[in-house]
Amino acid sequence: MRHICLYFQVHQPFRLRIYRFFDIGVSHDYYHELNNRALMRRIAQKCYLPMNTLLQRLIERWGPERFSVSFAISGGALEQMRLYAPEVLESFQRLHKTGGVELVGETYAHSLACLKSRREFEAQVRKHTETLEELFSVRPTTFRNTELVFYDEVARWVAEMGFSAMLAEGADTLLGWRSPNYLYQSAAAPDLLLFLRNYKLSDDIAFRFSNREWSEWPLTAEKFAGWIADLPAEQRLINLFMDYETFGEHQWAETGIFEFFESWVNRMLEQGAARFVTPTQARKDHSPAASLSVPAPLSWADSERDLTAWLGNELQTDAFDTLYSLEEPLRQTSAPDLQRDWLYLQTSDHFYYMCTKFFSDGDVHKYFNPYNSPYEAYVTYMNVLSDFRERVESAAKLAKKQSETLSTAEASPEPKGSAEAS
Amino acid sequence: MKVLMLGWEFPPRIAGGLAVACYGLVKGLVHHGVEVTFVMPLRSGEEPTNGYRLLGAQEIPIPYTHAIELPPFWHQVTFYGVRTALGPYLEQLEAPVLHFEAVPQPVPPLTESGQLFLEFSGKYGPDLLSEVYRYAYAVSHLAEAVEFDIIHAHDWLTYLGGLWLKAKTGKPLVVHIHATEYDRSGENPNPEIRAIEEMGFRGADLVTAVSFYTRALVAEKYGIPLEKIWAVHNAVLPKDRQPIQRPPSSRKVVTFLGRVTHQKGPEYFVEAAARLAPCLPEAHFVMAGTGDLLRSTIRRVAQLRLGARFSFTGFLPPAEVERLFDLSDVYVMPSVSEPFGISALEALRAGVPVILSKQSGVAEVLPHALKVDFWDVEGLANLIYGVLRYSAIRPFFIRFAQAELAQLQWERASARVLEAYQSLLV
Repeated sequence: MRHICLYFQVHQPFRLRIYRFFDIGVSHDYYHELNNRALMRRIAQKCYLPMNTLLQRLIERWGPERFSVSFAISGGALEQMRLYAPEVLESFQRLHKTGGVELVGETYAHSLACLKSRREFEAQVRKHTETLEELFSVRPTTFRNTELVFYDEVARWVAEMGFSAMLAEGADTLLGWRSPNYLYQSAAAPDLLLFLRNYKLSDDIAFRFSNREWSEWPLTAEKFAGWIADLPAEQRLINLFMDYETFGEHQWAETGIFEFFESWVNRMLEQGAARFVTPTQARKDHSPAASLSVPAPLSWADSERDLTAWLGNELQTDAFDTLYSLEEPLRQTSAPDLQRDWLYLQTSDHFYYMCTKFFSDGDVHKYFNPYNSPYEAYVTYMNVLSDFRERVESAAKLAKKQSETLSTAEASPEPKGSAEAS
Repeated sequence: MKVLMLGWEFPPRIAGGLAVACYGLVKGLVHHGVEVTFVMPLRSGEEPTNGYRLLGAQEIPIPYTHAIELPPFWHQVTFYGVRTALGPYLEQLEAPVLHFEAVPQPVPPLTESGQLFLEFSGKYGPDLLSEVYRYAYAVSHLAEAVEFDIIHAHDWLTYLGGLWLKAKTGKPLVVHIHATEYDRSGENPNPEIRAIEEMGFRGADLVTAVSFYTRALVAEKYGIPLEKIWAVHNAVLPKDRQPIQRPPSSRKVVTFLGRVTHQKGPEYFVEAAARLAPCLPEAHFVMAGTGDLLRSTIRRVAQLRLGARFSFTGFLPPAEVERLFDLSDVYVMPSVSEPFGISALEALRAGVPVILSKQSGVAEVLPHALKVDFWDVEGLANLIYGVLRYSAIRPFFIRFAQAELAQLQWERASARVLEAYQSLLV
């Protein structure tokens, strides 16, 4: 029997408002509350709520042993649900209670922190785990990095944090001649199992479903089930990973995406052709076919499957470097508003908006993108960062002064010299 | 193929982008093997010639006659005297001039053979309209004197001449539109100029516009069917000089270049500067160009107490423009309505980041340029700030925009014009 592993990514960034240089040092309000709220409400209505209902119906009909799915919900998405659409959070909690859902761990900020700082990366993973425990009473054992960014070193870190499996892109550079339709393990961390995305079949749904120029349009449940049936019998694990917003947002309801999905699942299960499993369930039935190693980061983005969508041009690398130059001074302070902004500003979407591919194959890049050009995205982000830096630096200075005052006070009974210490 | 091209400007005498565009187009056509005769009002003899023929209207011999035969369309123009300075590109505001004569009075110098030559200033003076009529009358005499398959007239100044030649010879006429009266004057076009433009668009067999922006404008404002209008984007000649060394300075130069008229949006530049000046002490603002809004612009700068932060250079000849670009950190083109905006390409060629108004045709061929609505002063100020303060923009911009620039060759633009000619000759 075949196993189909469905994994959905749920993420929303805190998009920035129009923040101009006159605001630097004047306003510390960075986020486009109105837009973020409106978008969350819209996506809730068009995607999260109807798709959750659909999945719940399928789980109830077939039972979790035959139909389960997995999700990674970013910290930003969870916070925005709490703020703007609490019914969505409740809906996910209900869905999780059915027993047919595995929640996957990730970086809280949906960030690329792993590229800059192990310490920051781990802090965010822990924060995300704590949030899942608080909201869903569960500790994740499977991990997926932002945008499926994967390489040997990060595999080691993830394994050392206690995760037993990780999701990654079934990129040709990683697999070579191999098929993604097997379980693998990391060469760098042999205890870490790897689930690799079948990008062909995943993107047939996520990107091509409604494309009328696609030779396979329209995609029917029958056709898609047929493609899976045609795979060699020994390829028993099909990993379909995609944005959850595929359902109802990237592909509108009018395209028939919901009907397609439901009838495809029902068809597969009625024919006894497959079970829909989570990574944790799949682990019991598969053993790794090979160990894989990849020294340089790969991702699930665009055709290059690398980091160029986020860190491919001067604007992006300058913004990214400037941001992480603040990590050290931020350690001096624990002010909650600064820590919150620090997380929100790390979200990978900010760098995605500065992508040059915008100009050429920017279709995907334009989705939910508040900017007209990468310049606007960069200038806005850098303005915000300028203000943030001022706040961080003055907070760090203050903290330093306080600790010096404290240590001077401890060292000498007369606190006279403290004024000079600053 | 032989083309008779009518244009008001040709290098080295340059008032704006028109001369640059005509020169590039002629060179491009010659490259494609087209024989070009270019007729301007006044040929000085300093113009570059290479593979094409240049003619001044002042050189066209006109047989002396008492009865001037007017073409039928002529009567569609209403002539009336106006006690005001007319014309879009006033070089100076002189005393108002009356002009009643629709057709030039035959005045000497008569030659021995009974011919006469008309006089032209070649400038955009207050008597521009009568010069436009004289030009039309003069070039109509080229019907037999010059061999050509097609007539190509640039901007309203030469449309009457083109129409007259077409009426005489039946040869197809292409009118090229570099700027409409709506671009120059906003919603209050000079009715006479507008009428000539419309006659040109209607009477021509095909209209070529310098951008999709202008193409849409011609269709909308003059009621010309879109199918009749082809967009042919301008290009830029490759750079043939080394940039000058900048003196070491922390000063950042923000440049405005163009006629200081309503069309170019100088007031938006000044207002953006006013917002930037306090936050960006290293910024210095240069306004190069002259025009009817220059005085009020200077007044506004003084009122804002920004005199020390501004330089007004007046009109700059091409070589000085190049120098200015070498010294600039960002070039701003806040035009209210810009059919194309060739200077943006020149800035780019010099490696200067360009901020364009979205209301400009050149934006269509420069996806990588920074763009803003002309009225969005704060957005403009914010982009200028970004370019000057955040160091990643310049290398990023230069890398991508230069690649786009490399695509914008006159050979390519001319190939499109040639295609237009051929569509009329089959």
